Amino acid sequence: MHKILLQIARVGIKTEPAPPPDEALRRAAARMSEEMLQLLGRALAIRHVDAGSCNACELEIHATNNPYYNLEGLGIKFVASPRHADMLLVTGPVSRNMEEALRRTYEATPEPKLVVAIGDCGCGKGIFGENYASCGAVSNVIPVDVAVPGCPPDPAAIMRAILTAVTTTAKGR
Amino acid sequence: MPPGIGGLRLAPLPGAVPAWRASVDSDGLRRVCEAVAGSGGRLGALWASDERDRGAGFVLHAVLVAFEGLVCVDVRLDGETYADVSDIFPAAGRMQRAIADLMGLRAGMRDTRGWLRHGAWREDAFPLRRDVALDARLPAGDPRYAFVPVEGEGVHEIPVGPVHAGIIEPGHFRFSVVGERVLRLEERLGYTHKGVEKRFESLSLEEGARLAARVSGDSSVAFSWAYAMALETAAARKVPERALWLRALLLERERVANHLGDLGALGNDGGLAFGLAQFSRMKEHLLRNNAALFGHRYLMDRVVPGGVTVDLDAAGADSILAEADRLEDELRTLRDIYYDHAGLQDRCINCGRLTSRTAAALGVVGLAARASGHAIDARVFPGHAPYGELGPRLCSHRNGDVAARIVVRFEEAFESLDLQRKVLHTLPSTPTLVRLPEIAQRAFGIGWIEGWRGEVLVAVEADAGGRIRRCHPHDPSWQNWPALEHAVIGNIVPDFPLINKSFNLSYAGADL
Repeated sequence: MHKILLQIARVGIKTEPAPPPDEALRRAAARMSEEMLQLLGRALAIRHVDAGSCNACELEIHATNNPYYNLEGLGIKFVASPRHADMLLVTGPVSRNMEEALRRTYEATPEPKLVVAIGDCGCGKGIFGENYASCGAVSNVIPVDVAVPGCPPDPAAIMRAILTAVTTTAKGR
Repeated sequence: MPPGIGGLRLAPLPGAVPAWRASVDSDGLRRVCEAVAGSGGRLGALWASDERDRGAGFVLHAVLVAFEGLVCVDVRLDGETYADVSDIFPAAGRMQRAIADLMGLRAGMRDTRGWLRHGAWREDAFPLRRDVALDARLPAGDPRYAFVPVEGEGVHEIPVGPVHAGIIEPGHFRFSVVGERVLRLEERLGYTHKGVEKRFESLSLEEGARLAARVSGDSSVAFSWAYAMALETAAARKVPERALWLRALLLERERVANHLGDLGALGNDGGLAFGLAQFSRMKEHLLRNNAALFGHRYLMDRVVPGGVTVDLDAAGADSILAEADRLEDELRTLRDIYYDHAGLQDRCINCGRLTSRTAAALGVVGLAARASGHAIDARVFPGHAPYGELGPRLCSHRNGDVAARIVVRFEEAFESLDLQRKVLHTLPSTPTLVRLPEIAQRAFGIGWIEGWRGEVLVAVEADAGGRIRRCHPHDPSWQNWPALEHAVIGNIVPDFPLINKSFNLSYAGADL
């Protein structure tokens, strides 16, 4: 036990300030009122859905929870079921084999059902494209509020997109 | 020295790894497989190509891994059937089912269920055939799938996925359990199938490198190197020394990054959240260094056919050396904590055992094989430049349990840091990139790289005008997924996440 405490003390706190929201990432008009956001505060629950990605975006989503970015420190946490989620974080391209599962996950998510599409593939600009097995962009299958490009987008970009989705005005909150 | 396989005429392939190529008829395939299996070899990959436009019907391709190197066997088929080899190499089963789905060739196996074809296309459509367009909208088929039922008093099923509880790739696991104990696990994968092989055929050989880097995002360097090696074989061209050494540096950085991530996640799944915080911090540090030195956190598109797109100056080398020292220090501290922690040890020891015998029977490769007592590592056997000079130490363990896979990860991380130091101390001064000569139509090449998870194979055949005629990227997860089904038998359901993580297999890499 003393080795664990020693290591914790030696490392200290590494968390960096969160990035501000970025209106340029928004795809749909903000759907949440200021009162709703006040009510929600920063307690946001996210369900991640890999709808066919190469797994690189997943690595970066994981990284948002490492001590440097500490997404959970902002009150934002990943949950195990869409029924517990306010937001879906979807990586793509959406494979045809995942199309139905993604739709059902969306249907199972209660309002406000925010959707953030992650990565070039999720935005429809990925190398896999649309083909017999790939539907391409997430927005081809479910409505998308915010989309963040990158291959993969880094953790700060993913956080910026998440924060944009829960902000109503350009100057943020 | 080519492997002696009775009556087989082997033509050497001029690449970085020892490899030979031969043609056999349909009966010959089983003879070759039996000969290779009999001398302790295994199946590397199995795929098919459509040669009807050249008047040659369908051709089956097998890569066999013999002691001496790779044996690439082409089997010209008379019709749409071929001899089943899954009794010789169990790993062939799912590959044969994938070939049936994509190319419509059947091996006469009892298991005729689709593997990659869920409901996205019909049983009578074969998207990888050349007369089907890449963007064809195929009519949907029947998505139902018959899992193997387990019956008896008190047996019930737990379906999990494809959308999992954590931040992971999609797949379906069907557990048959009594109480908490797992009687049987059946995996159903293929959810991330997105037409990668078909997409390759619409690209030039040069553009293909970008797609190869994205077959499995956590093994980007390994796939990029294997793809580059395949093209360099097809072009019969060597790349400059410095490029090879830098490739090894990048591959070892990819290995360390993944091992750090897994060690953290394994601590977390074992109830030690402290481990996740520590290791994910160390991994982040390494990724940031990658971005600063090489311009990409996961080193995508840094290894290209003909060499590498990055170089390293003295200051960069110093920063990697300093990072290696720091990481080694921290790894030692954390290794002591992991090995001393009674709670973690209790979860990991004897959990999810894959015996040496089962691993051998299933043809398991990579880290999982080494943790079950098998001396398999393409960097060591047969080895290729620059690993011959680097002399990597093979890390293995006998127990085959979760704890063994943790030990192997720690040992390999230490070894990888050492290899990075050796690279930096000997980095030769040559150019880092050469232009490959034009690759002739029908030229064939193969690449074979020990990625962090296991051996990655990429086979490429060139078409006219510098296009790709056929490309098959093969992830070691094909061989290792069936081993997970065996490793969980008799364990309790709550230990599954830990066991699964200890293998950490790729979905995207094997779904293609």
